[in-house]
Amino acid sequence: MRLYCLSGHPNRPCFILKFKSVTIMLDCGLDTTSLLSFLPIPVVPSQKLSKLSNWVAKGDKEVKLAAKELKENGGRVFIDSPPEFYIPEIDMTDLSEVDVILISNSNCMMSLPYITQHSGFKGVVYATEPTLQVGRQYMEELVEYITRVPKTYTATKWKQPNVNKHLPAPLSDVPNPLSWKTCYTKQQVDDSLAKVQMVGFGQKIDIFGAVTVTAISSGYRMGSSNWVIKSDYEKICYLSGSSTLTTHPKPLDQAPLKNSDLIIMSSLTQVPTSNPDSMIGEFCISTALTLKNGGNVLVPVYPSGVTFDLFECLSGHLDNMNLGNIPMYFISPVSDSSIAYSNIFAEWLSSRKQSRVYLPEYPFPHTELISQGKLQHYKTIHGELSKNYRTPCVVFTGHPSLRFGDVVHFLELWGKSSSNTIIFTEPDFSYLDALAPFQPLNMKVLYYPIDTSLNFSQANKLLKELKPQHVVVSEKYITPPPMLNRPDLIIESEHAPIPYKRFDVLSLPIRRTTEKIELEMELTGSLIPTELKPGVAVAMVSGVLAVQDNNYILQSPTSSNIGRKRKLELDSKPYMWGDINVSAFVDNLSKQGITDIKVEDSPTGGRIVHLTDDDILIQLEEGSTHIICDSDESLRTKIRDALVKCLNRL
Amino acid sequence: MSEIKVVPLGAGQDVGRSCILLTIGGKNIMFDCGMHMGYNDDRRFPDFSYITKNEEIGRLTEFLDCVIISHFHLDHCGALPYMSEMVGFDGPIYMTHPTKAICPILLEDYRKITVDRKGETNFFTSEMIKNCMKKTVAVNLHETVQVDNELEIKAYYAGHVLGAAMFHVKVGGQSAVYTGDYNMTPDRHLGSAWIDKCRPDLLITESTYATTIRDSKRCRERDFLKKVHDCVDKGGKVLIPVFALGRAQELCILLESYWDRMNLKVPIYFSLGLTEKANNYYKMFITWTNQKIRKTFLKRNMFEFQYIKAFDRNYIDNPGPMVVFATPGMLHAGLSLQIFKKWAPFENNMVIMPGYCVAGTVGHKILNGVRKLELENKKTLDVKMSVQYMSFSAHADAKGIMQLIRHCEPRNVMLVHGEAVKMEFLRAKIKQEFDIECYKPANGETVSIATKPCISADMSISLLKKEMAKTDGDEPEPKKAKLMHGAIVMKDNKLRLIDPSEAMKELGLPEHKIRFTSTLALENEGTVTQTIDKIFNLVKKRLKSASVQHSTDGSITISDSVLIKVSGDDEESEKDVLLSWSYQDEELGSYLQRLLKAGLHVDS
Repeated sequence: MRLYCLSGHPNRPCFILKFKSVTIMLDCGLDTTSLLSFLPIPVVPSQKLSKLSNWVAKGDKEVKLAAKELKENGGRVFIDSPPEFYIPEIDMTDLSEVDVILISNSNCMMSLPYITQHSGFKGVVYATEPTLQVGRQYMEELVEYITRVPKTYTATKWKQPNVNKHLPAPLSDVPNPLSWKTCYTKQQVDDSLAKVQMVGFGQKIDIFGAVTVTAISSGYRMGSSNWVIKSDYEKICYLSGSSTLTTHPKPLDQAPLKNSDLIIMSSLTQVPTSNPDSMIGEFCISTALTLKNGGNVLVPVYPSGVTFDLFECLSGHLDNMNLGNIPMYFISPVSDSSIAYSNIFAEWLSSRKQSRVYLPEYPFPHTELISQGKLQHYKTIHGELSKNYRTPCVVFTGHPSLRFGDVVHFLELWGKSSSNTIIFTEPDFSYLDALAPFQPLNMKVLYYPIDTSLNFSQANKLLKELKPQHVVVSEKYITPPPMLNRPDLIIESEHAPIPYKRFDVLSLPIRRTTEKIELEMELTGSLIPTELKPGVAVAMVSGVLAVQDNNYILQSPTSSNIGRKRKLELDSKPYMWGDINVSAFVDNLSKQGITDIKVEDSPTGGRIVHLTDDDILIQLEEGSTHIICDSDESLRTKIRDALVKCLNRL
Repeated sequence: MSEIKVVPLGAGQDVGRSCILLTIGGKNIMFDCGMHMGYNDDRRFPDFSYITKNEEIGRLTEFLDCVIISHFHLDHCGALPYMSEMVGFDGPIYMTHPTKAICPILLEDYRKITVDRKGETNFFTSEMIKNCMKKTVAVNLHETVQVDNELEIKAYYAGHVLGAAMFHVKVGGQSAVYTGDYNMTPDRHLGSAWIDKCRPDLLITESTYATTIRDSKRCRERDFLKKVHDCVDKGGKVLIPVFALGRAQELCILLESYWDRMNLKVPIYFSLGLTEKANNYYKMFITWTNQKIRKTFLKRNMFEFQYIKAFDRNYIDNPGPMVVFATPGMLHAGLSLQIFKKWAPFENNMVIMPGYCVAGTVGHKILNGVRKLELENKKTLDVKMSVQYMSFSAHADAKGIMQLIRHCEPRNVMLVHGEAVKMEFLRAKIKQEFDIECYKPANGETVSIATKPCISADMSISLLKKEMAKTDGDEPEPKKAKLMHGAIVMKDNKLRLIDPSEAMKELGLPEHKIRFTSTLALENEGTVTQTIDKIFNLVKKRLKSASVQHSTDGSITISDSVLIKVSGDDEESEKDVLLSWSYQDEELGSYLQRLLKAGLHVDS
């Protein structure tokens, strides 16, 4: 059993597991941290960004040429090119061999078009319906943001190793820039998602009869799942984004994860020192404070997930602070679909939200906020928004990297005034790096990262309860994060966790010893069991081994399935056990009419029975008898029968 | 325990109060717990005393492992609060999310009509409905729910109404499917039923339309629209009695698009109360509707109607044409019956019965041609309005039932939820076409079905590998049956298939191997090697299927344990052939001995 590790980013996992005869890809996250190296794409022509000067290079000609692809702001250098992504290491194996891809949540599927398109992939992708729909929204938003203001020139010179090493940090430190890929197209998204088959929690999916895979609730997002991969005797669990907190999704289902042979654990919190509850509290308080002073609040978000919790908590808090009339704007190309789908996924929500649907009321309060006009959603800043736009207000919009999307516009619009505030809640990007191309800014910057995924102590507690034989985690989880002086921020398990990094191929320590076999009725009926003691019996069996869909069946041998001659081979294969009592054997021989018997000791400690007339030797040893007989068949048979009488037969 | 037992407490050769008890692998399951619309006495509920009269059992909780409700129609869930709260059952009740959402509303409606309007006492209360619903567990489609360690259930989409499901139950190797009500053709708002090839030991299917092969749905729809249109054109009023949820939404979608297309102004009403709520359920459970609605819901939610307005009781006497959807669907009580009484005496008006009506209801009577109805206060009502029946019930017809059977390949079929005579017809057809047994028990009648147990063992992979590695000569032949030889060890109630020697070692049985060696003289000119080749070819020819191998030291091995060696002088014509075999290959050894003694010239 092997595990290929295609990604080193523990929150953007991508593995390939080879187990029995099947090849399973676990998630295909997209590492978006590469975006921070690129220049933002403004929605409307930007004064500031267009005025940035090229980086001034020292060095040889090639570096100087590459400098034309780079812009500088405040000592930081950015690539002026369509943004690119550090995709999983898809050349590690042949993707056409992948039978299935299991997706845990919408954050962990953003590489799907790179995997399934033009790679020879012929398999099936499994994901829950919310994961599929929200994943689609994330992908469509990404594509729309990147393509609506197209960049004409794609920079490549800066990537060349001989150039790259001369560039200022952090650009000189980025991993494998030559493998970075530009964004996929809408068509590729559609084609790729057409390969997804929707599954429900607890649905056992059979993969070629060899294993079953089952998605179970992970409590992190609507429809987010962990996966249980099971054969008849082995169980492997794959834990991706999981949460034990009570937010809107259906809670984490622990029971099916218990007592597995192996747990692969990825996607713990990216901000282990922040408590999500207090962060969301701070977020509400700070937002209200800015609004009270007449300022606006900008919140860079994704179009689903925690954003719904932000709507719910913030609207409640603003009502309490008598700020209930201040509008909240939700701007995303997929805001319509995001809101619409949030209303129809009751089955995937917490029981509290579910019971609202039974009434029937919409599960999320944002639907009511929308009907009251308190929350307004728009596809973009262009059009309708301008008619209803009022300040002060709160704007929720993407992209959290600040490299594209309507957030770029609001940063330029509000950045100059210190009465406005930008609040970072998404943990995927370093907020200082995200802001770098926009500096200097006067607006207040707050960082309240909310990551509901397991923290280290929750994860360790969970592992203690689940009792897996082995645990595989990112190498980043076995040494404490640097500079925090928090030695407790690691994964500990009974047996030392097995670490992985990008490019690793792990041989998993699971020995398969047993396989299930079905015994045909006719066969079991013909068995002659020997009871050795109460409850313990043994029977010798000979049959025909059939394999159907990777399931083994032992059939009774008939002339029709093996041919008459071969049946000979199977008819009787008796096994003998016990010790030979030599005098009893001699007695038996005499009864058969054989009398010329001479018994001698053998040099090896056994006995030799010599039938002198026919020169037949019978060597009796412990556990074996050898009859050397050149004589005719009838005599040999007599000796055989005399011997067999002294033994027990199975 | 290789038998499945079934006894219907309701819906046995009947439509109404569906309630089927299944005993499988020692587990007892109740499918549905419905009321009968044709009765107002004890017979309206299934006879639970069938279970409780057994003194060893006492309460239902002790007997039943779980209750499963297929969908929210009252003839499938109407007796649930009575069963759980008044007879007493505290175990789990499984149903889908939409059923769990909608069922309590219909139960409350039913309670109101029975208690508040008809003044009955000793009926379940609102509180009991609430307590009953607390015992329900919502299941998702295709989710395998483990009721306990042995019993697992799985729901499949059934069409019919929002949230309707078929249930597959499995205990060990035994399994059964209960369909509830289902529809094999997609309609305007629901998809068609689907189940995988699960090959259950028993399929319990509804058979409402056991003898009907319905014409194309398009024709029925056109016919329906034409009748409605003609009637309102003449100034008549159209009454369509419906259940609040189900056909109502289907027909609303149909009329709505027709009104839009034909630009009609005649008002369409939907009796208030459940309507708005009902439509909200459809909006939120859109994932349970058909492909088309799911795909377009982002642009427009199909359940937001433009032409259909809420009905007010005062509108009954309004002049001029109108179309009214009113509950309940069988004209047995409530608003639909009230409107019917007012409109029935006029020839211009029309009532369209879009679904099945249970015997005893006004709907059933008028469909059977009764035109003079006796009312409760001894008055009679002359029905002069046109009475139309259009089957829009989303049940599978005979073709659909056969299709489902073909698809899931059951070993036995049982028909319920239908009329005895019609069942007989379908039963004959099923037996003929599929050559499987088909049952149609009456209520209270027990059917026992023998099942074929499946025995499996834990096989050691080392044995498997050893057996799989045996090939005949150079080329492996994957298509040829593999012979396997092992020991089955029965210990700790487990079966294991392992290598015989390993088994003997483990069980403390000292194995005693017996081996025979025989040397015989063979006449053959040529070298030793040539002799060996000759023997090899001979053996190969005679034992086509055995594994015969040439070893590097010049010997021949057959089936692992038989060894043939040749020695002697290349110049001499007589060679010594040593043949050695183990007791396990006694037959083979003795055969070879005979073969070689006969000499090589025979075949060469």
